[in-house]
Amino acid sequence: MKVDSTIIKKEKNIAQRSTMHNFLGKMKSEAIAYLFISPWLIGFLLFIIGPMIASLFLSFTKYDLLSSPIWVGFDNYLTMFTQDQRFWTALKVTFLFVLVSVPLKLVFALFIAMLFAKKYRGVNAYRTIYYIPSIIGGSVAVAVMWKQLFGLDGAINSIIAHFGINGPNWIAHPDYALSTLIILVVWQFGSPMLIFLAGLKQIPNELYEAAAVDGASKFSQFLKITIPMLTPIIFFNLIMQMVNGFMTFTQSFLITSGGPLDRTLFYAVYLYEKGFTHFQMGYASAMAWILLIIVAVFTSLIFKSSSLWVYYESEGGK
Amino acid sequence: MKKDKVLRSFFFHFFVIGFGLVMVYPILWSISSSLKPEFEIFKNASSLIPSEIKWDNYVKGWSGFGKITFGTFFFNSGFITFFVVLGTLFSSTLVAFGFARLKFHFKSILFVLLLATIMLPSQVTLIPQYIMFHKIGWVNTYLPLIVPAFIGGVPFFIFLLIQFIKGLPRELDEAAIIDGCSTFGVFWRIILPLMKPAIATVAIFSFYWTWDDFMTPLIYLNDTNMFTVSLGLRMFSDPSSVTAWGQMFAMSVLSLVPTFTIFLFFQKYLVDGIATTGIK
Repeated sequence: MKVDSTIIKKEKNIAQRSTMHNFLGKMKSEAIAYLFISPWLIGFLLFIIGPMIASLFLSFTKYDLLSSPIWVGFDNYLTMFTQDQRFWTALKVTFLFVLVSVPLKLVFALFIAMLFAKKYRGVNAYRTIYYIPSIIGGSVAVAVMWKQLFGLDGAINSIIAHFGINGPNWIAHPDYALSTLIILVVWQFGSPMLIFLAGLKQIPNELYEAAAVDGASKFSQFLKITIPMLTPIIFFNLIMQMVNGFMTFTQSFLITSGGPLDRTLFYAVYLYEKGFTHFQMGYASAMAWILLIIVAVFTSLIFKSSSLWVYYESEGGK
Repeated sequence: MKKDKVLRSFFFHFFVIGFGLVMVYPILWSISSSLKPEFEIFKNASSLIPSEIKWDNYVKGWSGFGKITFGTFFFNSGFITFFVVLGTLFSSTLVAFGFARLKFHFKSILFVLLLATIMLPSQVTLIPQYIMFHKIGWVNTYLPLIVPAFIGGVPFFIFLLIQFIKGLPRELDEAAIIDGCSTFGVFWRIILPLMKPAIATVAIFSFYWTWDDFMTPLIYLNDTNMFTVSLGLRMFSDPSSVTAWGQMFAMSVLSLVPTFTIFLFFQKYLVDGIATTGIK
C-alpha cells in the first residue's frame, strides 16, 4: 500500500515535470525564434515604426532641428494644399513621370523579352548587353554622363546635326527636360525584361501549338495566351516600378536640379529641398505622409483591380 | 521554308544588334570621352574614337579636389559597402531562417508587416531618422549608413531569402534535429550552405545599391574627406567649380569598374536571381 502511493506520487511528479518541461521547451523555442528575427524586429521598431510615429507627430509641427517643435495643428497640410503652388507642381510632375515611364518601360521590357524568348544563336550574350544599363543606371556616374549626353554640345545634338537639325540643350529646355529623365529610366528596362523572360519560359508550348492548330494568328496568340499567362508578372512589375517611380530622386536632383522652371521637380526632390535646404522638418514630414498615402492608394488600387485582370493558373483561371 | 528561317534570323540579329548599339552608346561614349583631350570632347561630340588616347584625364581626375584624391573616395565607398554587405547578410539570413522555419507567436502579423515595409517609401522615415541620428551625434559618421544594415537590413532581401529557404526540403532539418542538432546548428550547418546562390544574389545587389547610393551619403556626410565616390563625382558638376569634363568622364568610368567586374564574374547569380525573385 505504502509502496503504491509512492509510485503514484513519483508518476505524478514525472507527469508534472514533463508538462513543466514541455512548457519550458516551448518558451525556449519561442525565445530562439525571436532571437533569430530580432535583427529585423529591433530595426523595424527603431528605424521604421519609431520614425513613422515621430514623423506623424512632426507633420503637425513647425520644426527647424535647432529649437524644439511647435505644434501647429493642420497648418502644414493646409498650406500645402491651398497655398503651395510648388507642391502641386511636384505632384503633377511626379504623376506624369510615373504614368509615362512605367508603362513605357514595361512595354519595352515585354517586347524585348519576347524577342529573346526565341532560341536564336547568341541570345544569352544579347540579353547580357541589354541588361547592362540596369546595373549602372542608378549611379551618379550615369547621371552626370546623361547631363552631358543631352547637353547643348552633347553627343545627341552632334548626331542629329548630321541630319541638319540644331538641337537645343535638352536638359535645360522646359519642354524636353522631363523627357530626358524618362528616357533615362526607360533605358533601364533590363530588370523587368529578365523577369518577363523567366515568365515566358514558364508558358507551356502546348498552348501555342493547340492554338496554331485551331488557326489562331500570332497576334491573337499573343493576346489570348501570352498576355493572360503573364499577368501575375505584369502585376508584380507594375507595383515595384510604380513604387520606385514615386521615390525617384537622384536623376532629377543631379541632372536637372528640379528645373527648368520646376518642370522636373520630383516629389522626392521637393521634399529634400524642404527638409534639408530650408530645414522645414515639420512641413517635409507632412509631405512624406502625403506620399505614403498616395503610394498606398495606388498600390491598393492595383491590388484591388488585380482580381479583374490577373490570371492565376492554380485557381483554374481567376 | 528554310530560306524564310534564315531571313527571319537575319532580321532578328540585325534589329537586336542595331538596337543594342543604341542602348550601349551612352556607355561607350563616356568611355571614349574619358580618353579624349579636353578640347575634343564637345567638338564633334558624337564620335566614339578619340583622335589620340590620353590618360591625362585619369591621372588629373584621380588627384581629386584640394588635397583629397579619388583614392580616399574609393576607400570610403569600399569601406562602407563592405560593412553594409556584411551587415545585410548577417541580419537577412538569420531573420529569413526564423520566418521560413521556426514557429513563434504573431508570426503572420510580423510577416505582413515585413511585406508592407517593402513598399514603404523611404522618404517617410527619412526625416525622423535623420533627426534621431542628429540627436545622438551620428551625423557626419558612417554609422547611419552601416548600422541599419546590421539591424533590419533590407526587407526585400529577407523576403527573397525566405522564399528560397521555403523551397529547401524540410526533411533535412528534421534529420539534423534527430541527430541532435540545435536550432542554430540547423541554420549554420544545413540551411546556410544550401543558401549560397541566394546569398550571392543578395550580396551582389546589396553591393550595387550601396556603391551607387547617393541620397544617404548626401544627407549624412559633410566632410569632403569622408565622401563616397558618388559624392566625389557630384563635385565635378558643382557649378561653382571650373568643370573639367574629361576628368569627370574618367572618374565616372572608373566608378563603374567595380560594378562591371562583379557583373562579369557573377552574371549567373544575377540573372538567375532576378528571374526567380523579381528584384528591383
